Amino acid sequence: MTGMNENVGVLLPELLLVLAAVAGLLAGSWLPRDRQWVVRLIAMAGCVAGLVAAIVDLTRPAQRVFAGSYIVDVGLGAARIIVLLSILLTIGLSVDRVGGSPRETEFYVLLLLGGLGGIALAGANDLLLLVAAFLLASIPLYALTGIACTGPGTEAAMKYYLMGALSGVTMLVGVTLLFGVGRSTLYTDLAVALPGAPRAAVAVGLVAVLAGLLFKIGAVPLHFWVPDVVQGATTPVAAFVATIPKIGGLLAIYRLLSTALVAVEVDWSLLVAVIAAVTMTLGNLAAFFQDDVRRLLAYSTISQVGYLLMAVAAADRAVLALPALGFYLAAYAVTNLGAFAVVAQLPHARTLADYRDMATRHRWLALSLVICLLGLIGTPPTAVFIGKLTVFTAAVDAGLGWLAVLAVVNSVASVFYYLRWIAPVFRRLTTAPAPDVLLPAGRWGAISAYTGAGASLLFGVLAGPVLAVLER
Amino acid sequence: VLTVVVFLPLAVGLVLLALPRRLPDRAIRWIWVAVSAVDLALVVALWIGYDPASGIGYEANLAWIPTVSSGYHIGVDGLSLPLAAMTAGLFLACAIYSLREPKRVRAYVVLFLLLHTVSLGLFVSLDLILFFVFFDVSIVAMYFIIAGWGHGNARRSALMFFLYTFLGSLVLLLGFIGLYLAAEPHTFDIIELTARPPLDGKGPLAGLVLLALVVGLAIKTPTVPFHSWLPPAHSDAPAAGSAILAGVLLKLGTFGFVRIVMPIMPDTWRQYALVIVVVGVVSVVYGALVALAQTDLKRMIAYTSVNHMGYVILAVGAAGLVAGTGEQARTLAVTGAVMQMVSHGLITGALFLLTGVLYARGGTYDMAAYGGLARAAPRFGLLFAAAAFASLGLPGFSGFIAEFQIFTGSLDSAPVPTAIAVTGIILTAALFLLALQRVFLGSTRSPDGRGFLGDVTVVETSAIAPLLVLTVVIGIFPRFLLDVIEPAARAVAELVAR
Repeated sequence: MTGMNENVGVLLPELLLVLAAVAGLLAGSWLPRDRQWVVRLIAMAGCVAGLVAAIVDLTRPAQRVFAGSYIVDVGLGAARIIVLLSILLTIGLSVDRVGGSPRETEFYVLLLLGGLGGIALAGANDLLLLVAAFLLASIPLYALTGIACTGPGTEAAMKYYLMGALSGVTMLVGVTLLFGVGRSTLYTDLAVALPGAPRAAVAVGLVAVLAGLLFKIGAVPLHFWVPDVVQGATTPVAAFVATIPKIGGLLAIYRLLSTALVAVEVDWSLLVAVIAAVTMTLGNLAAFFQDDVRRLLAYSTISQVGYLLMAVAAADRAVLALPALGFYLAAYAVTNLGAFAVVAQLPHARTLADYRDMATRHRWLALSLVICLLGLIGTPPTAVFIGKLTVFTAAVDAGLGWLAVLAVVNSVASVFYYLRWIAPVFRRLTTAPAPDVLLPAGRWGAISAYTGAGASLLFGVLAGPVLAVLER
Repeated sequence: VLTVVVFLPLAVGLVLLALPRRLPDRAIRWIWVAVSAVDLALVVALWIGYDPASGIGYEANLAWIPTVSSGYHIGVDGLSLPLAAMTAGLFLACAIYSLREPKRVRAYVVLFLLLHTVSLGLFVSLDLILFFVFFDVSIVAMYFIIAGWGHGNARRSALMFFLYTFLGSLVLLLGFIGLYLAAEPHTFDIIELTARPPLDGKGPLAGLVLLALVVGLAIKTPTVPFHSWLPPAHSDAPAAGSAILAGVLLKLGTFGFVRIVMPIMPDTWRQYALVIVVVGVVSVVYGALVALAQTDLKRMIAYTSVNHMGYVILAVGAAGLVAGTGEQARTLAVTGAVMQMVSHGLITGALFLLTGVLYARGGTYDMAAYGGLARAAPRFGLLFAAAAFASLGLPGFSGFIAEFQIFTGSLDSAPVPTAIAVTGIILTAALFLLALQRVFLGSTRSPDGRGFLGDVTVVETSAIAPLLVLTVVIGIFPRFLLDVIEPAARAVAELVAR
C-alpha cells in the first residue's frame, strides 16, 4: 500500500452521510413546516445506503487512504455500522417528539454530522485528523443539547460546551507536544519516532490527547457533563449524546494507543486500566440512589464506559481486545438506545416511581425495558453479556486480573440500581394517579424500544458470526 | 432430540406470551401441566433409549461463538440424566400444584416454563459458557418469581437472592475465563477441557481458579458460610418457587462440582479436597443445628437443605482424597452424591409444597400456631410425615440409600469428618420429629382459632404424592437409578484420580 492512495470510493459511507446532511439541509430550508418529514426520509436513506456501503466494505482488505491519515479496516467498519444503526434508532425514537417541531431539519442534520464525526474519530490515523474529527463530533452535539431552548437544556449545552472547549484545547496542546517530539502527526511515523523521544514529554502529550477523548466518551475525570446533558437535553438528544460519541471515541483511543504508542515506555495500559477502574466504580456509586431515570441512565453509561475501557487497556496484549471492544460497543449501543427509547416513549414518567404498574399498562414496552436493563447488567443471553465475557477475558489475558475482579464487583453492585427501576414496573396500583404519567408518546418510540431490545437479544444469540467478522 | 426436550417449555412459554389477553387463566394452567407432562414423558423416553455404558448420549455440538471456541454442546450422561428426570418431574408437580394460583397467571406460568428450560439446559450443557448462560437466567427468572409472587418481605429477599447468587455466578465466570485462558488451544468446551486438564500442576494460578469456581458454586449450593441468602429467599418465595429453588436450583451448584470442577481440575481438587470435606461437614452440622432452632417451619426446611447439600459436598470432597482409599469407595461417594441430589430434589420439593398447603390454610409458617393437625387433616399429616421421614433418611426412602452410600464411600478416606457428619443425621431426625410433634400431635390448634380449614385437596395430593411415591420406589428398588449413575460416577472418580 502506498501513501498515495486517494481512492475516494472507500469513503462511500462517510460521503453518503455528508450528502444526506447537505441534501437534508437544503431540502429543509425550502420545505414548509408540515412537510419536513422529507428530511427525515433523506437522513434515513443516507444511513441505510451508508450501512450497505459499510457492510460491502467489510469484505475488502484494510487500506490506508490520504497519505495514511485515514485507515479503513475492521475497526472503522465496526464504527460505521454501529454509528449508522444508532443514528437510525435515534431517529426512530425521536420521531414522536421531533416530528413537526420547528427545528426538525436541524435536528436530523446535526445528528448526521455528529455521527459522521464519530466515524471519523474511529478512522483517524493522524493527530490532526483526530482533532478535526473531535471537533466534528462535538460541535453538532453542543447545538443539539440546546436545541429545545429550555432552561436546563441551555444550561447543559453551556456546561457541555465549556468542558468540551477546555478538553479540546488540552488535546491540541497534547498534539503539539507529540508532534514536537515525534516530528510527525501520522501514527505510523510516531510509532517509529516516539520510542526515542523524551519519556516525560511523550507521557504528558499522551495524557493531554487522552483528555479530549476521555471527555468525548464521558470517562472519569471528564464525566461531569454527562448527567447534566442527559437530564437537561431532550430524550432523543440525550440518547444520542450518551451513545454515539463513545463509539468513535473508544475506537480512537484504541487506535492511538495500539498504533502510535505501541512501543513507547509509558505504561499506558496501566493508565487506562486505572481510568477504567475509577470510571466504572464512580459511575456505579453515583447511580445508586438516583431517582430521575435519565440521571440514572447517565451514570449507568459512565459505568459502561469503564467496562469498555477495559478492552482498550488490554489493547495489543490480548488477541480478543479489538473484537471485544467492537462487540461490546455494538451491544451497548443497541441496549442503551433501547432503554432510552422506553424513556422517550413515556415522556411524562421522569422518576422511578412514575414507572409503577407499567407492566399492566404497556406489557411489551415493559418487557423491552426489562430486557434492556437486564442487558445493561450483562445477563445472558443479551448481547452485553457476550461483550462483558469477551472484555473480561481480554483483560485477564492481558494480565489485568485485578481489573476483571473489580468489574465483577461493579457488575453485581449495578444490579441494585437497575432493579430499583425494574421493581416498580411490576408493582400494582389500585388507583391511577391523577395526571397520567404513563401516557405513551406515540408509535415510533415503542417500535424503537422493541427494536433495541430485540437487537440486544439477537446480537447475544448470534454473537458467533458478529465476533468472527470483528476478528479478521 | 435433546434440544427439543430442553427448549419445548420455553417455546410454549413464548407462544403463551403472544396469545391474546382473552385466553382464560384456566386454559393457561392446563397448558402448563400438559407441557410439563409431555416434557417429562420425553425425558423418560430419553432415559429408556440411553445406554449407560455409552458415555455421553444424544450429543449435539454446534459452533456458537467460534471466536472464543464456545459451542452449543449438549448431551446427557449418567450424572445429568437422573437430575434432568428429577427436574422434569418436579416441574410437573409444581404445574399441578399451581393449578390454584390466582395471581397474574400468565406471567407466572411463562416464568416457570423459562425456568424449566434453563434447568434442563443446565444439566445437559457441555460447554462452560452455555452452562453459565443457563445458570444466570435461572437467577433472573427466580428473582421475578420471588419478587412477584412471594409474601412477607418478598422484594427484599428477592433482591438479596439476586445480588448474592449473581455475585456467585460472576465469580464462577472469572473461574471459567481462567480455565479458558489456561487451556491450549483456548476453549470453553467441557469435554475438551476434561480430556486435557489445563491447570494441572500450575501452582497458585490453579489454586485461584479453583477458589473462584468453588466459591461461585458454593454460593449457589449453598454451603456455610455462603448460605445466608437461602433462608429469606425460601421463607418469602411462593411454595412452587421454593420447591424449584431447593429441588432444582441448589443442585446446579453441586452438579457443577461433579461436572466441571472435579474432571477439569483433578490435580488441584485432590490438593484441596480436605478443605472441601471440612466445608461439607460444617454445612452438615451447622445446617442441622440452626434448623433445630427454628420455629418457622419453612425456614427449618430451608436449613435442612443446607444440611443435605453438606452431605453432597462431603462426598465430592472425599472422592478427591485419593490417598489410602480404593477407587470403589470413591465411586460409591460420587454415586451417593448424585443420588442425594436426586433424592433431595424430590423430598424437599414435596416438603416445600406441603408447607405451601399449610400456608394456604393458616397464613403462617409459625409452628407454634399449629397443633394436632393429624386429627384435623389426616391426609395432610400422612403426607407430611412421609416426607419428613424420607428427609431424615429412614431406610426405605431414597435419602437413606444416598446417605448410606455417601458415608460408606467417605469413611475410608475421611473417617473423622464422616463420623462428625453422621451426627447430622441424628440432629435431622430430632428436628423433624420435634416438628411433627409440635404441628401434628397434641391439642388441635390453628392460627385463626377456628380449626384447620380443610385437608389436602385432590389437586394438591396429585402434585405431592407422586414425588413421595418416587422416593419410596428409589428407596426400595434403587437399581434402575444406580445402573445409570454408577458408570458415570466411576468415570468421575477415575478422572479425579488421574
